[in-house]
Amino acid sequence: MNKTVLRMLLVLTSIGIISGGALSVVYKAVFPRIERHRLEELKRAIFVVLPDAKDYKTLEKNGLQVYQGIDETGNPVGIAFEAKGNGFQGKITIMAGIDNRFEKLTGMLVLDQIETPGLGARVAGDKFQKQFKGLSISPEITYIKNKKPEKPNEIQAITAATISSKAVVKILNRQIKEITETFKLN
Amino acid sequence: MAEDTKRSLYYEFVKGLWQENPIFRMLLGMCPTLAVTNSAINGLAMGLATTFVLTCSSIMVSLIRKIVPGQVRLASFIVIIATFVTIADYFLKAFFPPISKQLGPYVPLIVVNCVILGRAEAFSSKKPISLSVADASGIGMGFTGALVFLGIVREILGFGSIFNIQIFGEWFEPWIVMVLPAGAFITLGIMIGVINIFTINQSGRGVCFGCSIGYRLKEKLVTAESMYLTPEELEAAKAGPEKEKKRRKGN
Repeated sequence: MNKTVLRMLLVLTSIGIISGGALSVVYKAVFPRIERHRLEELKRAIFVVLPDAKDYKTLEKNGLQVYQGIDETGNPVGIAFEAKGNGFQGKITIMAGIDNRFEKLTGMLVLDQIETPGLGARVAGDKFQKQFKGLSISPEITYIKNKKPEKPNEIQAITAATISSKAVVKILNRQIKEITETFKLN
Repeated sequence: MAEDTKRSLYYEFVKGLWQENPIFRMLLGMCPTLAVTNSAINGLAMGLATTFVLTCSSIMVSLIRKIVPGQVRLASFIVIIATFVTIADYFLKAFFPPISKQLGPYVPLIVVNCVILGRAEAFSSKKPISLSVADASGIGMGFTGALVFLGIVREILGFGSIFNIQIFGEWFEPWIVMVLPAGAFITLGIMIGVINIFTINQSGRGVCFGCSIGYRLKEKLVTAESMYLTPEELEAAKAGPEKEKKRRKGN
């Protein structure tokens, strides 16, 4: 092996080791903070979609994770769950709450979306999200365009952003079905 | 000597702010420029993160410039840059989660920002630490300033606010296009156009030495010779080739 090759190996390896070491130190230092932010955000979202909850516990069944809300006396008030799916431009992540009898939504919050700003991004706005509070989910959620919703399971789609509105409804319906099938019987 | 270093330190810092501004003059690092400047605060966060990475990696690159073999220099630079980018990413995630969420994948993408690799390759891998720091922080500040400026313009027109503070009333109809990618191209294009109008004589756009390419200014053709040479030199330059020909013929 000649000298240059050896030197190249040596320099690159040591740079790699030093960088890796530095990164693991930094990661160790900030990880608790990052984790705390993630949990705080999760907690905040759960309490928004389950307004009656004061605490929550994590339930898991068949690989499906949900958060059961509990009130002051320890009675379950409903289940909060995360739903993910494709929107108009990318993934939409939603947190939604459902009551104990699996009849109504208690709230909906869009956690993550990259829809068109000013149009589709309004799915994360208050006006759109409030429509889901108390919404009946039987047989499933539907949407209507340019009119006030008439049926209890109907929401009004955002003008000029039907695809984003439709995506939210579709993502919710799919996840609600799965949650109901998995958790309703216990 | 000390006076000299001070002056060149000052020069290396200041040149990044305007004369060699990475965005408006060199058109480097266009990906974050176009993607994250839909609001002023995003531009500021992106600019500061980039400045941090740029300065730290310049220090490191300058420190190890004599021991890195030429064949693996780019690989070494990338590893160093990626390390600092990851640190910046962790920092934003830990202390400014909302901004980190908004910037999304564009923070990790600083790794491939050509401003940073460009400065490492062109400057800090050849110069001592003090000059490298001056250069990197100057370029970084220029980058940040340009991003914030773009962000302010786009946020005012697209959302009617500055740094999330609403400045227009209900009557304002936001120009949605300004916060979309198309708005970035439009704003940046107009800005560079305006800047070029004011600086066209300095930068000598579209001229070249030794040929008749130039542009018209008040009905007069401006070429590189007429711009940079004094009248006497111009005469000499015109006479030059003729004399040279005669001399060759004579031989």
